[in-house]
Amino acid sequence: MVKFQVVNTQTFSDKKKPLYDSAKRVSPAIAEIREIGNYRHLLAQLVRRDILTRYKRSFLGVAWTMLNPLGTMLVMTFVFSNIFKASMPSVPFPVYILSGLVVWNFFAQGTNASMSGLVWGGNLLQRIFVPRTIFAVSAIGTALVNTVIALVPLVIVMLISKAAFSWALLFMPVAILLVTCFTLGFGLMISSMAAFFPDVMEMYQILLTAWMYLTPIIYPETIIPERFHLVYRLNPMYWLLRVFRAPIVDQALPSLRDFGIASAIAIVMLIIGWLIFTSKSDEYAYRI
Amino acid sequence: MPTVSNPSSQIETPAPIINLENVSVRYRLPSERIGTLKEYTIRLLQRRVRHRDFWAVHDLSLSINRGEVFGIVGDNGAGKSTLLKVISKVLRPTTGRVRIYGKIAPLLELGAGFHPELSGRENVFLNGALLGYSHEEMTAVFDEVVDFSELSEFIDAPIRTYSSGMYARLGFAVATAHQPEILIVDEILSVGDEAFQRKCTDRITGFRENGATVLMVSHNLGLISEMCDRAAWLDHGKLMKIGTAEEVIEMYREGFQ
Repeated sequence: MVKFQVVNTQTFSDKKKPLYDSAKRVSPAIAEIREIGNYRHLLAQLVRRDILTRYKRSFLGVAWTMLNPLGTMLVMTFVFSNIFKASMPSVPFPVYILSGLVVWNFFAQGTNASMSGLVWGGNLLQRIFVPRTIFAVSAIGTALVNTVIALVPLVIVMLISKAAFSWALLFMPVAILLVTCFTLGFGLMISSMAAFFPDVMEMYQILLTAWMYLTPIIYPETIIPERFHLVYRLNPMYWLLRVFRAPIVDQALPSLRDFGIASAIAIVMLIIGWLIFTSKSDEYAYRI
Repeated sequence: MPTVSNPSSQIETPAPIINLENVSVRYRLPSERIGTLKEYTIRLLQRRVRHRDFWAVHDLSLSINRGEVFGIVGDNGAGKSTLLKVISKVLRPTTGRVRIYGKIAPLLELGAGFHPELSGRENVFLNGALLGYSHEEMTAVFDEVVDFSELSEFIDAPIRTYSSGMYARLGFAVATAHQPEILIVDEILSVGDEAFQRKCTDRITGFRENGATVLMVSHNLGLISEMCDRAAWLDHGKLMKIGTAEEVIEMYREGFQ
């Protein structure tokens, strides 16, 4: 005899109005925002899963999230501190490098994870209905949590190297929010491209390396020759980095101009990425 | 305005819960593989991107009533799974209209969505979330899921250590932990041993008694005739026959010869 017990939590829906009507097309960008809200539990589960499983088999576990940028910073400091000594800003070199790496890692990891998330999730997208953007959004969520964890070693390095702390540091959450919007927008754009052309994933790695060296992360801004200034001003990461670093490096709030430009970049990228990705919503299950 | 429900009128005009009108699904298969962006751009400029159209489902109209257990039979490649995907919102039909008047719980190809490094316990919540259930909703049924899947000893072990049968049991237990309005079952009752299969069919029968609608695809014609009220036979994306399960299976068998 089989024990049969079902917990019935659902009420039967309205019989007149369909819950789903394939002919009714709301704007996919708007519909997607609503779906992400409906599936917020899945979002939390996916972020949790990614954080728990990333280092599941390693001995030090989540500590690697802090040790990784710290290790890179040590190498960079060792290699570059003498070269850039003359033109250093008013902050210890390890602090300068680490603050740049935290932002860059957020962007690089977030966009990469949203690409591989869609490819991994493509398997699921063909079997079950989930909001199409959920893998990108959860990837950025994971990267955000990792970034917050990576701020711990940054604070420690600031303490050790006796960097100045200022009230402007309270502005950091706003700066991180801007980086999050930009990363999500860019991640959505690049992953919808990768869904149709797998080569994009490989090409992006090269682009990332070039992009990183074109952004003043490991070298001070002051060494950039005058004639390249325009190139730097066209680099969105340059502005986001400036806003993020101002409280750490200059111990001051970013200028209104910098903040305005960075906000515009972040918001425009988010809207563009969201529109591009959702305009292909119906096709991922066919393609991936 | 509240009306007095009249049970006899409900029987006369059953309310459809799934309604398909002239639904077609087209897959575009590239006639030659274009793998790179560069190649694609060149070809697009030369207007040489060629696709071969493949109609997996062709001009299909179907109405499934509330509380029915409905079976779909057909050969491999007949479009059965594509039809289920259209119904469960995974694919939007190329032409035609799909209307669903209830909440759907799809039974995943069992184990899809499990993460091998996470424990069985963690996967219950992950898989539940994929089906749209909150942490609280899964906590409420957790013990029952473990009990049904008979995995209480292994629930905290990483799921990569599970056998395929254990995978399937946990997957079924999670997907059916809450009674859905519409349950979609795609060829999954063939997994697990006979005792567990019995448990699964009992659970589905229980759902039906509680008023749920069940849509199932199977190659096991015995199972279809045992469980389904009505059935449809699909062949090459076309609806060949719709009727009582016995009628349809009989015709399908004749069609073989």
